[in-house]
Amino acid sequence: MAVPSNRPTSPHLQAYKLPLTGIISITHRMTGVLLSIGLVFFVVIMSAIAGGQKSYDNIQALATFWPIKLIYSGFCYALVFHLCHGVRHLIWDAGKGFDRETMDRYALIEMGISLAITINILLFI
Amino acid sequence: MAEFALPKNSQLIVGKNYKAPLGTSNSRQFEVYRWDPVSGQNPRIDSYELDMDSCGPMVLDAILKIKNDIDSTLTFRRSCREGVCGSCAMMVNGKNTLACTKAIDSYSGTIKIFPLPHMQVVKDLVADMTHFYAQYASIQPWIATQTPAPADRERLQSKEDREKLDGLYECVLCACCSTSCPSYWWNSERYLGPAVLLQAYRWLVDSRDENTGARLDELEDPFKLYRCHTIMNCTDTCPKGLNPAKAIAETKKLLVQRKLG
Repeated sequence: MAVPSNRPTSPHLQAYKLPLTGIISITHRMTGVLLSIGLVFFVVIMSAIAGGQKSYDNIQALATFWPIKLIYSGFCYALVFHLCHGVRHLIWDAGKGFDRETMDRYALIEMGISLAITINILLFI
Repeated sequence: MAEFALPKNSQLIVGKNYKAPLGTSNSRQFEVYRWDPVSGQNPRIDSYELDMDSCGPMVLDAILKIKNDIDSTLTFRRSCREGVCGSCAMMVNGKNTLACTKAIDSYSGTIKIFPLPHMQVVKDLVADMTHFYAQYASIQPWIATQTPAPADRERLQSKEDREKLDGLYECVLCACCSTSCPSYWWNSERYLGPAVLLQAYRWLVDSRDENTGARLDELEDPFKLYRCHTIMNCTDTCPKGLNPAKAIAETKKLLVQRKLG
């Protein structure tokens, strides 16, 4: 049967309510992209250190500016969150942790742990 | 590349509003996706106020009431009304389910009824399942053997081997899981999706099937199987309580185990 070309696509992202694990999954993807972009700035800092005392002082002055602090706090959380969800992926790859009942609990645990680790990192730097 | 927005011809417009009959004390609002292929208009959302005192308990009952009492042009699939045929799969309040086994009382407020997500709409709540069924056929969902059948009996299976099919054979292919999966939304032309992959696993673990190697060869593909990113919408939405995400993970494990010898 020839398919009429005017058939609409039914609503998807516009109407579907992602479960918590689904939201975490897309966040994992987004933090991955942001971390890749953040790596560029990491390289900038590294080369500043390699450039000697003066260039290091410059980047240091920039790093203590509050909006920059905010950005690298976010970078830290993205990094730790991405890592935590990565660990969950490893557990999944072993065929474990798929129970419907525990799905949301695992999601909350991984968010909690990533937040706790981030706070610890920020307290120590 | 994934298209996140709906194409122009798919964007929703506000439709008609049907009030409850005068004197109704127990009414409930239903918003239903409508699209008529003949009208040439965009899909619209019609809203219906139903008298719940004269309506059955399930979402399907409400849809049937609309068709019987208000607008007979409302089009949808249904058959068994007890969750074994999989025909009335649709998106209700942002989650896929079978309308016949979902109680109206399990929701509060307005109930929004859409066709299965990211599908080509044939009319109203009827989605085109052609591609989904073709994908199902592609995994050869039947027993394949090399050895001749025993002369005096069927191919028998131990109780333990039979138990491996529990949680798999119950799948009614309603497509709730596949159409809830963002990976399937963006890659359905090449990714098989959770329902078909669960079925593929059902034949992989069937002790009577002797085609496991070839089945695994077919699945070992960056798109067919490995577009599953464990988003878990499938397991979350399955109206039969099955676990397609787990079946997919077990399939990936089989492939790794085969490689490791």
